[in-house]
Amino acid sequence: MHRAAYETILDDPMFGDISLTQFLFGRLTWEAIPYHEPILVVTFAVVALGGIALLGLITKFKLWGYLWHEWFTSVDHKKIGIMYIILAIIMLLRGFADAIMMRIQQAIAFGGNEGYLNPHHYDQIFTAHGVIMIFFVAMPFVTGFMNYVVPLQIGARDVSFPFLNNFSFWMTTGGAVIIMMSLFVGEFARTGWLAYPPLSGADYSPGVGVDYYIWGLQVAGVGTTLSGINLIATIVKMRAPGMTFMKMPVFTWTSLCTNILIVATFPILTATLALLSLDRYVGTNFFTNDLGGNPMMYINLIWIWGHPEVYILVLPAFGIFSEVVATFCGKRLFGYTSMVYATCVIMILSYIVWLHHFFTMGSGASVNAFFGITTMIISIPTGAKMFNWLFTMYRGRIRYEVPMLWTVGFMVTFVIGGMTGVMLAIPPADFVLHNSLFLIAHFHNVIIGGVLFGLMAGVVYWFPKAFGYKLDPFWGKMSFWFWQIGFFFAFMPLYVLGLMGVTRRVSQFEDPTLQIWFVIAAFGAALIALGIASFVIQLVVSFFKRDELRVTSGDPWDGRTLEWSTSSPPPDYNFAFTPVVHDHDSWYDMKSRGYERPLEGFKPIHMPKNTGTGVVLSAISVVLAFALIWYIWWLAALSFIALIAVSIAHTFNYDRDFFISAETVTATEDARTKLLAERT
Amino acid sequence: MSAHPAHENAAEAHHAHSHGHDAGHGSFRGYMIGFVLSIVLTAIPFWLVMGDVIDSKLFTAVLVMGIGVVQIVVHMVYFLHMNPRSEGGWTLMALIFTLIIVGIAIAGSLWVMHHLNTNMMPMTHEMMKTMP
Repeated sequence: MHRAAYETILDDPMFGDISLTQFLFGRLTWEAIPYHEPILVVTFAVVALGGIALLGLITKFKLWGYLWHEWFTSVDHKKIGIMYIILAIIMLLRGFADAIMMRIQQAIAFGGNEGYLNPHHYDQIFTAHGVIMIFFVAMPFVTGFMNYVVPLQIGARDVSFPFLNNFSFWMTTGGAVIIMMSLFVGEFARTGWLAYPPLSGADYSPGVGVDYYIWGLQVAGVGTTLSGINLIATIVKMRAPGMTFMKMPVFTWTSLCTNILIVATFPILTATLALLSLDRYVGTNFFTNDLGGNPMMYINLIWIWGHPEVYILVLPAFGIFSEVVATFCGKRLFGYTSMVYATCVIMILSYIVWLHHFFTMGSGASVNAFFGITTMIISIPTGAKMFNWLFTMYRGRIRYEVPMLWTVGFMVTFVIGGMTGVMLAIPPADFVLHNSLFLIAHFHNVIIGGVLFGLMAGVVYWFPKAFGYKLDPFWGKMSFWFWQIGFFFAFMPLYVLGLMGVTRRVSQFEDPTLQIWFVIAAFGAALIALGIASFVIQLVVSFFKRDELRVTSGDPWDGRTLEWSTSSPPPDYNFAFTPVVHDHDSWYDMKSRGYERPLEGFKPIHMPKNTGTGVVLSAISVVLAFALIWYIWWLAALSFIALIAVSIAHTFNYDRDFFISAETVTATEDARTKLLAERT
Repeated sequence: MSAHPAHENAAEAHHAHSHGHDAGHGSFRGYMIGFVLSIVLTAIPFWLVMGDVIDSKLFTAVLVMGIGVVQIVVHMVYFLHMNPRSEGGWTLMALIFTLIIVGIAIAGSLWVMHHLNTNMMPMTHEMMKTMP
């Protein structure tokens, strides 16, 4: 009896064959380092040299202390917001590198030419591209904006739970680190970005790729969910006096809806991935092909999360466009109330459309018809929003600054994507278009044309608020035009190819007549590369021209919402006195009534203290994930215990707040008074 | 127009203790009631299953799940201190919203999976002939 149990353990893949090396390193061996892939070796060399150079520079200029005390441990929502966006931009470069590799591969791999990427590598690239762009570019970008802007727009000094905010950021970063590690240690999933079983099960993906995927998303998911809770609490509880729900800025509204979506759906993703990991780690059969498992259940569950996720990304972008349109047309947003209701309706409807991602799985007519119709209904509130923006522009004094260009570009591009979306919502049409490049073109059309354009508009719009100088408009326009034109070159050919029946995730083609379309698409990707390069140049050029582009008033665009009433960059405490709100577009209202800044009577301000616990917890989580991925059980147990211990220890940290003295506040505000006086 | 220092006190309390002491943290009595109820509600399913009390397995399963739901309610009332008045009705709103979402997810999944199961699971040639 005892003997048999012992042998079972030995046969178990998790505990079998216990040599010391395997006990220490699990399944991690030298073979896991991909030194036989020349592309990866070169990448590694570049990354390693770049990384060493960066670390060297930080050390040389003695910036470690500054970074640690002022940024990494900061609980200031503004700094955390900026760090989120920096993370998103870094990951954008990685995700885009994957994109351009795929475009080059597909442009050359014709007629027996296998291209330069073998299928094994190509499959990892398209998976990594999707995962990175959604989870580690779009999500942190959106969360960064919400973090930075929402407390300023509602007249608050920080979010509800400042430490939690820092912890959320570092968990998201931890997830990104895990995904990046897979590039040089082991491999990434070869399953597509949602890792459908049975392909992602232990039988068909025995390697570490899917485990990297699971743990990367689980660690980042903790951050996303907590940050959602945090922002809901902030918006519900910390609005300035007088700011009723129907006086909130539209961006705050869309943020509220987005965070409700996050809190309601990310647990589903977590649970689904947990079931998949049980299948992979302990041999349960939730999603396997036999023993009662059903892979279709995974697809069903993951899309209950996946479809709201799309709206999690695009709603804040809609909010950004609303702010930009109202500001640059010099008008109150047309149809504020309808905009709010449209947002809420989209929020609810996004929960009852998920099946349109798998019409072809065989649900039958009644189910497909229901989900097809609900999907089409979503286009109504979205269309209402589009008309609201157009009517705001109508007879407005439109200033075509860079954020407004992105907004107009969005309107044109997004409508095309929306219409192809309605085409895909028709179940019979979807049977033809499902899994084809038409679908790829559609969702890039809405994600680039909607989400990314919105985020770019947001960067240019709020950059002067965050850093005190505007971005250089010339390179901003270059970036916009390269992106806009590049987008059409890159994705219109994919619509054509999709209609011809070309499916996604294919690395080599036989039919030579298709090649020209892929070449055009690759050319488009090159234009987009120039767009990204222009964006980076814009940041650098603006930094060097910062004195010329300086914003002294804090309100460079003649803004309408409360964030523009603060200095640029805002002081740590945001508002010396909590503003009182009488109308929506409250800063515009204050300006038109001849608002005078209070110049005296400042009081000490109670603020939260920085803490390094977030960084520590995230680092331990990365170690835990690494140990679980490589079956290093002793390390997993150790880091799990450490995680619990540090969390509990942190609850005994009572030294978590301090007062900014009245003198400091007075000095800060006086400096601003002086600056404003010099200006006039 | 601008905020006067008078507002500062309200704002101060608002920002400083965002974890809020105004929400009721419950009494010893409340926790004891919750604790005893939880124990009883945990013990009953164990008894039902281990003692083979009811013949019908299906009925036992349904009963256990029903008691699980009651258990959830007990936790919410006695440990999470949820009632229609707490936080100005926000906790109740959040609960209703959660119930709607969970309802959509469960009902929708059952509906979808029932269809998929009927249409797509492997079947014999004979079964296929008798399909409507």
